[in-house]
Amino acid sequence: MSEEIKSHSSFAGTAWRRFARRRLAPIALGFIGFLALTCFLSPWIAPFDYKAQNLALGPVAPSVQHWFGTDLLGRDLLCRLLQGGMISISVGLIATAVALLVGVVYGIMAAEVGGRFEDFCMRFIDIISTLPLTLIVVLATVVFGQNIWMIFLAVGGVSWLTMARIICTKTRALKNRQFLDAAVALGQSRWGIIKRHYLPNLAGTIAVYATLTVPGVMLLEAFVSFLGLGVRAPMTSWGMLIKEGADVMEQCPWLLIIPSAAFGFTLLALSFLGDGLRDAFDPRTLSE
Amino acid sequence: MISYVFKRLVEIVPVLLLVVVATFFLAHAVPGGPFDRERPLPAEVKAKVEAYYGLDQPLPVQLLQYVKNLAKGDLGPSLKYPGWTVNEIIGSRIPVSVTVGSLALLLAILIGVPVGVLAAAKPHSWLDRVPMGFALVGICVPAFVLGPILSLIFSTGLGWLPPCGWGSPIHLVLPVLTMGLITAAPLARLTRGELMEIYNLDYIRTAQAKGLSPLRIRFIHALRNGILPVVTYLGPAAAALVSGSFVVESLFDVPGLGRLFVTSIINRDVTLILGTTLIYAVALLVLNLVSDLAKAVLDPRLSRKIS
Repeated sequence: MSEEIKSHSSFAGTAWRRFARRRLAPIALGFIGFLALTCFLSPWIAPFDYKAQNLALGPVAPSVQHWFGTDLLGRDLLCRLLQGGMISISVGLIATAVALLVGVVYGIMAAEVGGRFEDFCMRFIDIISTLPLTLIVVLATVVFGQNIWMIFLAVGGVSWLTMARIICTKTRALKNRQFLDAAVALGQSRWGIIKRHYLPNLAGTIAVYATLTVPGVMLLEAFVSFLGLGVRAPMTSWGMLIKEGADVMEQCPWLLIIPSAAFGFTLLALSFLGDGLRDAFDPRTLSE
Repeated sequence: MISYVFKRLVEIVPVLLLVVVATFFLAHAVPGGPFDRERPLPAEVKAKVEAYYGLDQPLPVQLLQYVKNLAKGDLGPSLKYPGWTVNEIIGSRIPVSVTVGSLALLLAILIGVPVGVLAAAKPHSWLDRVPMGFALVGICVPAFVLGPILSLIFSTGLGWLPPCGWGSPIHLVLPVLTMGLITAAPLARLTRGELMEIYNLDYIRTAQAKGLSPLRIRFIHALRNGILPVVTYLGPAAAALVSGSFVVESLFDVPGLGRLFVTSIINRDVTLILGTTLIYAVALLVLNLVSDLAKAVLDPRLSRKIS
């Protein structure tokens, strides 16, 4: 009994209840989970091979045999969509992880050292923000070839700026709180303060911002694919499928509409998820 | 106020210098050069061409020379298009991107702000739910999806508009619509969110208690404060719009800056990369200054802080 009460009044418990209260957020979470699972299991469950061409068949509209139709080379769109989803979702997750890691380390470091160093770090971010991100991403893909891992890194490498800014501001605010003075006075080490005080207090912000970074990162990958610098054919991603669909939209509109819808719904679900998390972790309303 | 503007303008110079240095080294870090073709140039010809453009000098010397020319307003010759200077190429593209970009910005403001105000006026009614639903969709639909879909509807389907091209005002419609709608969506959400928070503040309750009309409270009292974050958002958004969008320009075949920028990277045309990046940086810094000044006009507390 006491166990149950304890778990219900915990931070995570309150946050989860608040999260679940918004109907759309759990639905969005379920949708994303289902989609990710289907995409990642697609090598085993897909009815056709995503790169198997059937030139005799050519492009056919959605039918019983090919639920989402086929593309110009007679490849099944459903299978390509799942394969592309695997790439797009991986980019979203891995690049966000990179952005998160760099942003959190940079932000905490800047605020913890403070003073001139912090000013310098923030100034540096201001200047990097003046460079068009396209320049850096396109240069990186041109330099490293169309290597998928480099695309993950490049996209993540330019998406950490906002994260670092937010974390720095939040950490600075935490630093001025009394419990931190107490921790320092009790002889807590710098690493201990970061591990035991900063990170747990920043967890909500990090979770919220991470869900909001994923759509941005996926858009950036799609943009790179749109430029023709993304993954190499016959491998595919949602951005690439949309690009291919846009080229032939007059003859085969389904090749544009279906991948666009998949991409749009995923971003929509992610943004509901982000909103839900923000409400769940918002300390201003947490005591309700 | 004037001294503040002057100070901010002076501050732009070192930032631009850093942007030039960073872009210069980034652009030179890319292997391959603008003279690498499918059929390689004979070694002595290539050496001569490189000497002509000063590319045989060490990088710091080249950079110094570039900055010296830049101080005179000379962005140098294009490496990929012989006989053209970067000034001429960019100069021919700027009017195109600025026209499309400023019209799109106008459209975004004219749609985004009123929709946000209306939605905040009647929260959770259909006047809120329907437009905000569209706004959420607008945030999730990238330009390379919206563009083709608009084109599918208005040119392939209804046949009202040409699918692409440039030259007459009718060609402006689809690019402006695509860029404008994409920018309007976050604007509407931002406006609504800010106003909703302000409606809960004490001074609004005071205004209501004084018996002021709801319209007056909404537009004179609340909007003036609520619009401030929107103006902050508009600075970088306007810079992105007027410096052109690669996606929209290539979808509708518009000869603007966005396409120039991406092709210059792919061509390794270093001077053109530097030129277009600089134009974007100048647009961003100047428009951020404009947005700060606009906020100072709207909020007397800010203008007092400035002067």
